[in-house]
Amino acid sequence: MSKLNAKIPEGPLAEKWTNHKAKLRLVNPANRRKLDIIVVGTGLAGSSAASTLGELGYNVKVFCYQDSPRRAHSVAAQGGINAAKNYKNDNDSVYRLFYDMIKGGDFRAREANVYRAAEVSNLVIDHYTALGVPFARDYGGLIENRSFGGVQVSRTFYAKGQTGQQCLIGAYSALSRQIDKGTVTMYPRREMMDLVVIDGKARGIIVRNLVTGEIERHSAHAVVLATGGYGTIYYLSTLALNSNGSAAWRAHKRGALFANPSFVQIHPTSIPVLNDHQCKLTLMSESLRNDGRVWVPKTKGDPRKPNEIPEDERDYYLERRYPAFGNLVPRDVASRAAKERCDAGYGVGPTGLSVYLDFRDAIQKKGRKYIEENYGNLFEMYEKITGESPYEVPMRIYPAGHYTMGGLWVDYNLMTTIPGLYAIGEANFSDHGANRLGASSLMQTSGDGYFILPYTIADYLADEIKTPKIPTNTPEFDAAEKEVKERIERLMAINGTETATSFHKRLGKIMWDYCGMVRNEEGLKKALTLLDELKDEFWKNLKVPDTASELNQELEKANRVADFLELGKLMVYDALNRKESCGAHFREESQTETGEAKRDDENYSYVAAWEFTGDGKEPILHKEELKFEYVKLQERSYK
Amino acid sequence: MKLKIWRQKDSRSKGKFEVYELDNVAPDMSFLEMFDSLNQRLVREGKSPVAFDHDCREGICGSCGIYINGRPHGNDHRTTTCELRMRRFKDDDTITIEPWRAAAFPVVKDLVVDRSAFDKIIQAGGYISVNAGAAQDANAIPVPKHNADVAFDTASCIGCGACVAACKNASAMLFVAAKITHLAQFPQGRVEAPERVKRMVAKMDELGFGSCTNTRACEAECPKGISISTIAKLNREYITAKLKD
Repeated sequence: MSKLNAKIPEGPLAEKWTNHKAKLRLVNPANRRKLDIIVVGTGLAGSSAASTLGELGYNVKVFCYQDSPRRAHSVAAQGGINAAKNYKNDNDSVYRLFYDMIKGGDFRAREANVYRAAEVSNLVIDHYTALGVPFARDYGGLIENRSFGGVQVSRTFYAKGQTGQQCLIGAYSALSRQIDKGTVTMYPRREMMDLVVIDGKARGIIVRNLVTGEIERHSAHAVVLATGGYGTIYYLSTLALNSNGSAAWRAHKRGALFANPSFVQIHPTSIPVLNDHQCKLTLMSESLRNDGRVWVPKTKGDPRKPNEIPEDERDYYLERRYPAFGNLVPRDVASRAAKERCDAGYGVGPTGLSVYLDFRDAIQKKGRKYIEENYGNLFEMYEKITGESPYEVPMRIYPAGHYTMGGLWVDYNLMTTIPGLYAIGEANFSDHGANRLGASSLMQTSGDGYFILPYTIADYLADEIKTPKIPTNTPEFDAAEKEVKERIERLMAINGTETATSFHKRLGKIMWDYCGMVRNEEGLKKALTLLDELKDEFWKNLKVPDTASELNQELEKANRVADFLELGKLMVYDALNRKESCGAHFREESQTETGEAKRDDENYSYVAAWEFTGDGKEPILHKEELKFEYVKLQERSYK
Repeated sequence: MKLKIWRQKDSRSKGKFEVYELDNVAPDMSFLEMFDSLNQRLVREGKSPVAFDHDCREGICGSCGIYINGRPHGNDHRTTTCELRMRRFKDDDTITIEPWRAAAFPVVKDLVVDRSAFDKIIQAGGYISVNAGAAQDANAIPVPKHNADVAFDTASCIGCGACVAACKNASAMLFVAAKITHLAQFPQGRVEAPERVKRMVAKMDELGFGSCTNTRACEAECPKGISISTIAKLNREYITAKLKD
């Protein structure tokens, strides 16, 4: 158990971060120049960390698989970013934001981390605004806010349905400024293939140059993973197609514990599956639930068009089941409620696997112009994909894999169990418990990068000021590179008949069916067998065309799917171990009489952190007990 | 359906068109899903699949960009390649598919081009200089709603490069103008505005983009509907900056 020391500072909750900062050591500006830091990923976490570390004077190297850092998947976040500004005077505060996140996460997150995320949220908004991020404003020129799921205040800052794009462009511009100044070197079109650990410390990475296929070595005094989540394991998800879990997985195999891997958020409002060729599900922002009402017909299989169904024959099931929060219940609750209605036979659309999200009342009450201003681009996107205008007919939506609350285990300093290896943003596990509230991902990821990691990493680097540049010709680099090359050669040599995509599709179905929105022991055990069989088949029958020494997108996919096949098993182990339901993790065996998630605080009030023990071997569970000093554990009710 | 696709092994090789036939194209497939299914077939047949950039598949990351029947991102108005649906094509159509063509965007492989020139232009001043921690309260400076809206519209540029691909001179004026206009909307963006516009324009010229001759092709093809009026703004900013020299 000694592996897990969360290093949570002593003292009252509201003073922990302040006290901790006062004790963190510093590195003087002259020494910062001599220290190299690698950042992998350029979303809001990676860009913010890299630019800030560059501003501080460290020597930063940044890597991304895209052709430009501006394209990282943070770009696709739609609805907004939370902060405890209380601009609306609706009695919001850092404490209330903290409390909403703890409750929203179903009491499975660390109090101290969540409080700190709420605490730095205001600085994040100030910084983005200064960078030129055009948050929505009212006619007086001040910033507007809106409400999001799981809360009763309006604390979400937004830029129409494009908040991620607008924030990332801000973060990317700050990163570009540091590249211009020479403090940051950018390496696009590189994929991290392995982590190099020397004398127990993270000292570098092995990457594949995706254009030339060359395997490169890069060293540093510390490594920061900002590589996002692994939701694409479901094949169909709201994520970018190339998003993947490989960097985190390779770090895990090198000794970093992986926490709560089965905590995956299934987002309630995605455009439903239309056909068999589909490779991606497009999200419709949660912000739409501010003005849209979710319903299904009261009659099973009602053949009428939605607009022909009279008011009293519609079941606004969220408003019915959760009168206090109505359409703005948290994502996990909304997703399960949609599934429940569809499973009971009330679903709409050709497959019966969707529900209506209706703007009729909002358009009547607030006018079409208001809807256009707030959601125009989302409505356009919906119409392009489905051919239907949500101004005329209700949207059809269904849940889809979206965000992974689980990730690399980190302590209060955001350091993993490998000294010198940090994980920030979605790549870590720390702030969202078993369910993330809307608009708190941009908040956490930016807070990590701008205002937390730059302080905590200095404390580690203070011991490294006498360490010269890390050479890349060490046996550890040799060994890591050799392993990477051998694995690529193995993948190329299989020469079977099936594509990486077809394996990915099958993997996604196993995960969705048995480790998706609902889980049970029987299904999870079955999934373990199915995953073993699929992995076997993958390594016998995969087909990768062309060569490894050129741009080869099939090889990229094969590498990622190979890792997903292993990560999938860890998710299943984790889901099997946790016999309670909490947040997005819903075990059928553990529910209340009304079908809500039933926690078991006595036995499962812990973070499950898993240790890798070898290929094909069962992982070892380490428990970090969660102590709730400030929040009283209670049933999470939105009724 | 017939696909006439540009194939090029790498930046040094010469490319050529190859023709592929594809059946069972469903109308609600996206253009890139059609490509996926072609590539799956090619891999199974032991052939080389067509390389193309893509990622978010919802029109926001700016990765995809294919020249389809002579137009960047195809025929649909304000649409990226990934958002394009096959219902816009007929079964007996022949679709001609090429990469962006511009000296500043060399072909990497097949339909993949190198757009790092755009990053270099942004690095030459496409930012507001503020370090993390140095900002004041977000509401300390009111910004008129109109300016915030203009900033939003111009910052919705996804850097896909369609404007350059559409332009007969391969000019990057719309891209640069969108960024200049975006940052010109805020009081804190004014301080370094003269320096910014001079540096960005010089970088654009240096990287081999052509000049603007007001054909408006960029505006017509921009998937985010960025207006050519930004170019007028850029010119004003540039002249004002130069006059101060």
